[in-house]
This record gives sequence, C-alpha cells and structure tokens, in this order.
Amino acid sequence: MTAPPLLDIAGLTVEFMTRRGTVTAVEKVDLEVRKGETVGIVGESGSGKSVTSYAVMRILDRAGRIATGSITFSGIDVGRAAESAVRELRGREMSMIFQNPRAALNPIRKVGHQLEDVLIEHAQASPRDARAKAIEALAQVKIANPAERYHAYPFELSGGMCQRVVIAIALACQPQLLIADEPTTGLDVTTQKAVMDLVVELTRARGMSSILITHDLGLAAAYCDRVVVMQQGKVVETAPSAAIFEAPRHAYTRKLMRATPRSGVTLRDLLPQGAAPAGATPRRQREPAAPLLVVENLVKEYPRQGVVGKLRHLFTNKLEPEDEKPFRAVDGISFEVGRGETVGLVGESGCGKSTTSMMITRLLDPTSGRILFDGEDIGTIPAKGFARLQQRRRIQMVFQDPTDSLNPRFSAARAIADPILQLGDKLSKRALQSRVEELATLVGLPTALLDRFPHQLSGGQKARVGIARAMALDPDLVILDEPTAALDVSVQAVVLNLLDDLKARLGMSYLFVSHDLNVVRLLCDRVIVMRQGRIVETGRTERVLEAPAAAYTRELLAAIPHPPV
Amino acid sequence: MSQITEPGTLQPLPLHSGDVTADTDIARPPSPSLLAHARYVVAENPVTGLAFVLFVLIVAAALFGPSLVPYDPLASNTAAALQPPSAAHWFGTDQLGRDIFSRVVVATRLDLGIAVASVALVFVLGGLAGVAAGYFGGWTDRIVGRIADTIMAFPLFVLAMGIVAALGNTVTNIVIATAIINFPLYARVARAEANVRREAGFVQAARLSGNSEARIVLGHVLPNIMPIMVVQMSLTMGYAILNAAGLSFIGLGVRPPQPEWGIMVAEGAAFIVSGEWWIALFPGLALMLAVFCFNLLGDGVRDLVDPQRRT
Amino acid sequence: MHQVIKRLGSALPSLIGVIVVTFILTRALPGDPAAYFAGPAATAEAVEEVRRQLGLDRPLFVQFFAYLGDLARGDLGTSLTTGQPVLTEIATRLPASAELTLVGLLLSILVAVPLGVMAATRPGSWIDHLCRMVTTAGVSLPVFFTGLLLVYVFYYLLGWAPAPLGRLDIFAFPPPQVTGFYLIDSLIAGDLETFRAAASQLALPALTLGIFSLAPIARMTRASMLAVLASDFVRTARASGLSRRRVIVTYAFRNAMLPVVTTLGMVFSFLLGANVLVEKVFAWPGIGSYAVEALIAGDYAPIQGFVLTMAILYVALNLLIDLLYGVIDPRVRLEG
Repeated sequence: MTAPPLLDIAGLTVEFMTRRGTVTAVEKVDLEVRKGETVGIVGESGSGKSVTSYAVMRILDRAGRIATGSITFSGIDVGRAAESAVRELRGREMSMIFQNPRAALNPIRKVGHQLEDVLIEHAQASPRDARAKAIEALAQVKIANPAERYHAYPFELSGGMCQRVVIAIALACQPQLLIADEPTTGLDVTTQKAVMDLVVELTRARGMSSILITHDLGLAAAYCDRVVVMQQGKVVETAPSAAIFEAPRHAYTRKLMRATPRSGVTLRDLLPQGAAPAGATPRRQREPAAPLLVVENLVKEYPRQGVVGKLRHLFTNKLEPEDEKPFRAVDGISFEVGRGETVGLVGESGCGKSTTSMMITRLLDPTSGRILFDGEDIGTIPAKGFARLQQRRRIQMVFQDPTDSLNPRFSAARAIADPILQLGDKLSKRALQSRVEELATLVGLPTALLDRFPHQLSGGQKARVGIARAMALDPDLVILDEPTAALDVSVQAVVLNLLDDLKARLGMSYLFVSHDLNVVRLLCDRVIVMRQGRIVETGRTERVLEAPAAAYTRELLAAIPHPPV
Repeated sequence: MSQITEPGTLQPLPLHSGDVTADTDIARPPSPSLLAHARYVVAENPVTGLAFVLFVLIVAAALFGPSLVPYDPLASNTAAALQPPSAAHWFGTDQLGRDIFSRVVVATRLDLGIAVASVALVFVLGGLAGVAAGYFGGWTDRIVGRIADTIMAFPLFVLAMGIVAALGNTVTNIVIATAIINFPLYARVARAEANVRREAGFVQAARLSGNSEARIVLGHVLPNIMPIMVVQMSLTMGYAILNAAGLSFIGLGVRPPQPEWGIMVAEGAAFIVSGEWWIALFPGLALMLAVFCFNLLGDGVRDLVDPQRRT
Repeated sequence: MHQVIKRLGSALPSLIGVIVVTFILTRALPGDPAAYFAGPAATAEAVEEVRRQLGLDRPLFVQFFAYLGDLARGDLGTSLTTGQPVLTEIATRLPASAELTLVGLLLSILVAVPLGVMAATRPGSWIDHLCRMVTTAGVSLPVFFTGLLLVYVFYYLLGWAPAPLGRLDIFAFPPPQVTGFYLIDSLIAGDLETFRAAASQLALPALTLGIFSLAPIARMTRASMLAVLASDFVRTARASGLSRRRVIVTYAFRNAMLPVVTTLGMVFSFLLGANVLVEKVFAWPGIGSYAVEALIAGDYAPIQGFVLTMAILYVALNLLIDLLYGVIDPRVRLEG
C-alpha cells in the first residue's frame, strides 16, 4: 500500500469576484504531489496555474475564494483550516518562491534580518543564534561571503543573488514542499540554469517535494518528474515528463509541445497540425548585390561619472579610476547583413544588443564607428533629424512589448496608417483605408478589429498591429527586437511563422535580436553572439549552434533546458 | 492584483487567452462607450452622482443667481440687522441688515469665477511648461525646475499673501497669486507624464514612422496626458476656492461690501462669540459644499479616466 | 555626514531663491514708505530727502546688496506701526506660532496615522468608511471656518473652552522664559496652574490645525499602506508564515511611511499657511497675526520679515524631513 500523497488537490474550484461578475479561475482541478517528487504545472496565461498554488498556500487575493474541492497537505485539510493553522504551515511545511526576486524582498531591510524573521517566527532559532543560522542558510544557497552578504540590502544584490536569498528564506525551516512560481522568468538563461540547478539540488538532497510552475514546457520537462498541463483553469493532461514530449495525448498538450521551439524542428513544425498554409509562399527575389547593412567598429559610450564623482572632483580635485572610465555599452563591433538575409543578434541582458539595434535604426546616436546602409553612412546623421528623411522608410522596427509600442489613443487602423501619413505618398482617404486593410490582411489581423483600441486587443493581435505598421512602407531592413518575448508560446509560433512568410513575400532583411537561442535557430540564417558589448562569435546558424567555437556560446547552449526527447 | 498576473501577457485578470487558432486569437469584447462607463461609475458610487448634481446647482447659482435672489445683496437695512434665519430671511441678516441668503448666492459667481480663472491659467502655463520640460529635458527642464522649486520653497499660502500684498489688493491679483502657487504642481505632473512617455514604445514607433519631434509632442504625447491634467484641474478647483476665501478672510483681495464667502465669514467671526452664528455659518457652509463637490467630482473624473490611480 | 552636507548644499539654491523673491516682492509693494515716514504734511523735496536717507533712490542692484548686508547682520528693518525692530518682534512671537503648529501637527499625526493604517488593513470595515469620510470632508473644510465652529460649539454653547483671546487668560502670568513654549516652560517651573491655563487656551486652536492636517496625512497613510500591502515583498512575508503583526508592523508599515514622510513637507506648507488664518480667529499672538496686522497697515518691513522667516523655516523643515527619510530608507543613504 503506497503512502498517501504529500499534497492532494481534489476537485478544486477557485472563483474571483470582479466588477464583471464571478470569474472561475480554476475548475475541478485534481493534482497530486508525492513525497520527494517534482511536479511541473505548465500553462499559458489564464490557465490558472498560479492561482492553484495560491490556493494551496491560502494566499489568494481578497476577491478570491475556494468554491469547492479540497486541498489536503500532509493529512491537513488546508482549504478549510483556520488562518492561524495555515500560517503555521506556511514557511515551515510549505514554502513558495515567486517571479521577480528583487521585488520579493523588503527593500529597506537587510537580507540577513529577513532570514532571521522567518527562522524566529517558526521557532527554528532563538534570537541569539538566529544570526549564525541565517548566515548558514545563505551559505547553503551558494552565496559567496555569506557573513558579509548578511548585511546587504536587496538593491545591492544582483537578480540572481536575490533569487538565491529568496530560496534561502523559503528553505530556511526545512519545509516538505516548495512551490516555485515562474522562478526563472526574467532571468538570463545562464542564471536560470544556475537557479534551477540549485533548487533541484537542494530539494533532492532534503527529500523535498516541489512544484514548478512555468509557461515553458521544455523547462518543466527537463527538471520535473511529472508534468501537469493546464488550460483555462482545467487540468488537461498529467504525464511523466518523458511521455509529454514523446507521446502527448491531449490536443492542447500536442499543440503546446509542437509550439515549443527546440532543436530538430522547422518553423512550420511549430504550428498545430494542419494549420500550416498549404503550398509554398511566393518569394520575391531581390537583386543580389553588396550587403545591405555594414556596421564597422560601432561604439556607444555612456559617461560613468555620477553625482558622487562630480562632487568629489569639486571638493578634492581628485578622480578615482572608476569615475573616469566611461561605460561602454557597445565596444567596437563589426558585422554585415545581406539582402534577404535574417541575422540573429543574441546575448544576455546588458550585452549591448538592444543598444546596437537602437543605433542601427537611428533612434540613438553612436559614439563612434560607421553604419553603412546600402552604401551610405547613416551613422553621421543625428538621430533627431533622421525622422523626416527618405531613408527612414527603409529601416523599421518591431518592438518587444506590443502594449507599450502602441499609442493607447490610436485605433489599430490609425496606428498602422501613421507611417504612411508621415512618410508615404499622399493618398486619398479611401486609398489609405484600402492600404491599411491590405496590410492587416497581410499580417492576419481581421479587418473588423481595425477600429479597436489597444486595450481591446489581445497580445497576439497587438503584435500583429505592430508588425503591420513596420511593414507599411515596404522597408528593406526590419529590426525585430525580441518581438515574441511577451507572447504565449502558441501565439509565438504563429507570429514567428508570419514573420518568416512576410520576409519571403516582401524580400526584406531581418536583424533578429533575442536572448532565446531556440527561436534564433528556427528563424535565422546567420547568428551573432554578443557579450558585454563585444562580438564573441559569428557564423551560420547551424554551425554556431551545433559546433560553437567560443566558450561563452557553449555556456549559453548548455544552459538551455533540454527536454527529454 | 499582482497575485493573479500571469506572465506572457499584461492583463491583470485571468479571464481568457482564448482558444488560439492558427490565424487569430479572440480578444476581449469591445469595452463600453464613455457614456455607459460613466453611468457605471455613478451607479457604483452614488456619491459621484450626487456631486454632479451639486455641481450643476452651483454653476446655476453662479450664472443665474444674481438675477434670481430675493434681495439686493448690497442693500443695507439697519432696522432689520442681526436677525436669525426666518421665513423672510432664510439665512438671516448681517450687522448691516443685508440678506445673507442673497449675498451667499451672489458670491457664488465671484468665488467660482476666481477659481475657474486661476485653474485655467495654471493649466495652460504649468501644463505647457511641464510637458516641454519633461519631453525635451536639458535647459528647459532645468529652468522650469528652478522656477517650480523656488515657488515650492515657500509655504504656498504665505507666498500668495506676499504676492497679493505686493501687486495690489484686487481680484485679478488673487487669480494670479493662486495660479502661481499651483504652478509647481501642474508642472510637476505634466513633466512626469511627458517624461514617462518620452521613451515609451509608441513614441519610438512614431519616430520610426517619420513624425518630427514637434508632431510627436502635439499629436501623440499631449492627447495621452490630457486626461490626467483634466483630473488634476478638477482636484485643484477646490483648493483654489479655499485659497481665495482664505486670502479674503484676512482682508486681501476682495473688498467689502462686495459679497464673497471668505469676507462674509470674516465679518461673521466677530459675532460668533456673542452667539449670532448665522452670519458666519452660511457662507462657511457654502464654501464647504462647493469645495466638497469639486473634490468628489475630481475623484469621479479620475475614476472615469484612470481607474488604476484610485485611492 | 556626507549626506547631511549634500542635503545642506541642495537647500542653498532654495534659500537664495527665497531671498531674491522676497526682495522683489517687497520692493513691489504699493505705497511709498518714504511718503509715510515723511508724514502727510511733507513737501515733495522732504519726501525725496527721506527717500535718499532710506536708500530707496538707489538702483535696485545696490538696494539688493544692501538688503543682503542687512540680513547678514540680522537687521530685518523696523516696523512702521510699532517702531520696533522686526527681528525682535518676530523672535518674540515665533514660539507662540511654533507651539501652536507643533501641537496641532502632533495631534493630527496621533490620530491620522493609526486611522489610515487601520483603514488599510481592514478594507470595507466601518473604520475604512470613517477614514474615507474624514479624508474627503477634511480637505473641504476651510480652516478658519472649522475654528469658528469650534469656538461656537465649545465656547459659546458648551462653555468648556475659554474665550479665544490669545495664549493665556488676562489674569494669568506667563511662566519664566526657557523655550518660549508655555506648556514646556510651565512644566519646567513646576507651575501646574499655568500649565492648565495655557493648555486650555491652546486646545481649540491646536485642534483646529489638527483637524486641518488630519485629512492629507490620513489619506496618504491609507493609500500608501494599501499599496504596500499589495506589494510582492509583503506577499513573500505572508507566504513565509510571518505573524500578522510582524507583516503589518515590520514589513508593511515602515515601507508605507516613506511616502507619508515625503508628504509631510507638503503638509507643513499648508500648516504654515493655515497658521496665519487660525491666529486671526483665535487672536493668537504669533507671527501670522503680526503679518496680517502689518498687511492691513501697509507696513512693509514686517511683511518682508514674515515671508522670509516662514520660508527659511520651511526650507529648514524640508531639510529635516529629507534627513529623516534618509534614516528610514537605506537606498537613499547608500546609493547617494
């Protein structure tokens, strides 16, 4: 007879009271976690995966309540227990860590004290030995110099270190269950790997159970024993992680699995079966000629001297060495983009890829170096004056955040029409309207939605508006700045295919800026790897990703979670 | 509502994401029109509706009051001095026998006029200065900042006293003084809003679309800032009325026998200790009601326009 | 220490601005002090003579530097109506205003902060509704009207409060001067009789000011507390099983106080202005009433001195608030 599961969720339904009535966020969910097991809950936005865990910890928003069903933890009916009883469990028997680690820590309290608070609250330490125990907890999450870091405030620590502190707090009282709600979203892929490895190591060492909540099926499959797939508040499939990728049973799981970018598939494979457009896309051939874009020794410097340095200079006439050196966001890079080519620009946060793309689109002035577009040096034209030039039409950009990049007071039609109105030929109202509709159809946006405003459109639709706007003037070069980072993975699959089709149809070149190597693998002909303002490696995509020459590239590739395939 | 924010999109509620087909995803149904939304706000918060009714009454009193009042607000009648409220004189009479009800109603026009004029003035000056400072930065920002900081270095009412004393004891100068002391607030709000939007995605996109900087400020940024500035206006109307009344209370600005709520309270102050409460009470109540109405209205307008900033 | 010097430095431009503006304002005052001095029967030449003597005929720049020099010596001019040096009169009257404002502020903080905190931690309860009502009504009440209402109710109707005739009953003697604050000085002298007398006179005006500043402080406390309670780090604290008291006091309250401290600067601005109005209602012998009397008489030196004093006081208060903020928020201290 097997032991009862540590956590047993049966028929759980969670409802929220909102302005528009009662919303069911979670519906009749069954879920089990056994001792020592790691379960992944995977779903896109609106799936209810986070809400389920909030219900388990009983930290739902005031407007939320457990309507029906039971949550049994270690034999205790958590769903119906008194608040005081549940508070005893929280932090001591079951813990939770969240996304955005820096925000999860009290900004004006030393991290050591925050650890002590938890230890003392759950009687794991007395006020006298709390400090020693806190330092030990910091050491266990592999923070260097734990005795010094004890005195640190969250703003003094990096994102990765903050997450370690959060993990330390969660594990301080040796709980039986750890719930991790998107713990690595927003972190660099190498930091992601470090954090996940740490969590796995610590939980396995203590025989803990854990729940990993994520939107990334690949991540879940790589780190979890079992995977639970949720869609719109319901559990759709539960299976061991190997089976999820090999033999997904539910249609939605299949769709998610297919849409997850990974090696060994093509763009078309990302789409649900039968959804790919039949036949080949018409391709426009551009005259092969000299490369479209040539970047030579591009540099962007920011003066580092802050107020403190300035004051110090004022009073002591002395400059410390670090005050003098300006900060080089981009440190002399050179590359080319050919006509009709897609080049990927890859790196972690702070590597300078966004700064580079801003300079190429002439939204930012370079400090030195040349930017040759179709033979002409556009780097010398100041950013402020570029907007009204004819070259402006030829270089366009698709932004990362579809919401931020649309004017809240412009309808979709007006937003798409803007570049035509400013830079295009004078069109009659009717001609303009038909052009806008043509563009909308091109990007797969139903024309009925053209009168809507951004807050009335979904994430994928807003992304399409942004793409239509960028394509409006038939540009030669389009910079895509992480265009799908903010989208659900299934929407991402569709948008990536769309972008590829558009490129073929209109014969543009793409510079695809991303931190996601799997996506880059699918879309790009060549790839450039950047680190701290410099180019580390460049070459054809297959070569760089299969046989990387640089150690950093190897590190990046190793950090990608590999689902069991 | 951070607990139920799911990554991947920016919606705050776990409402949908819809069934994602190969081509499109289903969006939220179009949100209701402004009128319907207004009706909803009033229904949820009936006090806002009440404030709106009050607002209409006050404006009516300002516009039509002087022609509808029973007595001439300036006509004194010493025989009927210091009489408590009665059927003949609803609010009683003051020390010169003037009908307080008539005076209170007629004063609406003056007090409201001062408030509207000063708010309009500072909206234009402060708003434009703030937007320029926030959007263009550099010297514009520094100069506007210096001006705002210098004004803010004074306790505002004290500065208003000083300005009216220096420029002269007239209603125009009360308007100017009130506008000056509100300048930093408007400039600050406008500056913050313009600054946030300066590097926003849609502004970058507007640059990519070939909009000149001037066009961006006027056509893209300003329309986004307007609602917030309008909220600011409705919230500071009440403060402008209080300011004008306060200045009049200490003898600045409006001169007797002109009816104005502040000096009426000042005149009534002397009689409170002897029990003639009606002389100061009714103008004071009128003041309170007007300010209360504008504050509630301001809250209502803010809920309508920008519900995330609710307190 | 580094931080203190930095803050003092940032207060300097404000001080300069204040001095310049005050100078401009008072030179723009209507009326001709020279004519006043010379007397109504003086001829044009006599007035000119007086003007030269007062230095009012020199160009504005020169007058400004003379003004700066006077300030440095502590010479704020002489009141035309009383003939006394303005500095002395302000120095004598300042403690009265200070005592009133501080007691009023103290009262309001003691009520407003707990009210705001409780309203935020018990949303939808009666205390939440009370807080919101108090806040909305409070910002609508003209401070002079509140004062008069209080006088009517507590003096005329109920007879609990003494007549609004200043700091002390006419039959009482002020305690020996140590700080100028009657409450403190009488306690130091061990004179409970005077203490009670002073306190009873102080009650209504301080209450008026307290009610005035209650609303903005309560509103900010409630809003700030609500925002902090919804923040990620409070969620972590709850998820870690910390006791409700610990979460509210150590995690929520201290963080929520940051914006409230910043608001105090604005509250002081309003209070210093309201002070003038309250002093008029209660015949309080502070610098506010001094200025009002001078305004009516067209006496320029006291007005100039008053505006300058108030502004300098305000700059100093803001400095203190900045420093206090730095004590609570390490980010400001260390990131500098």
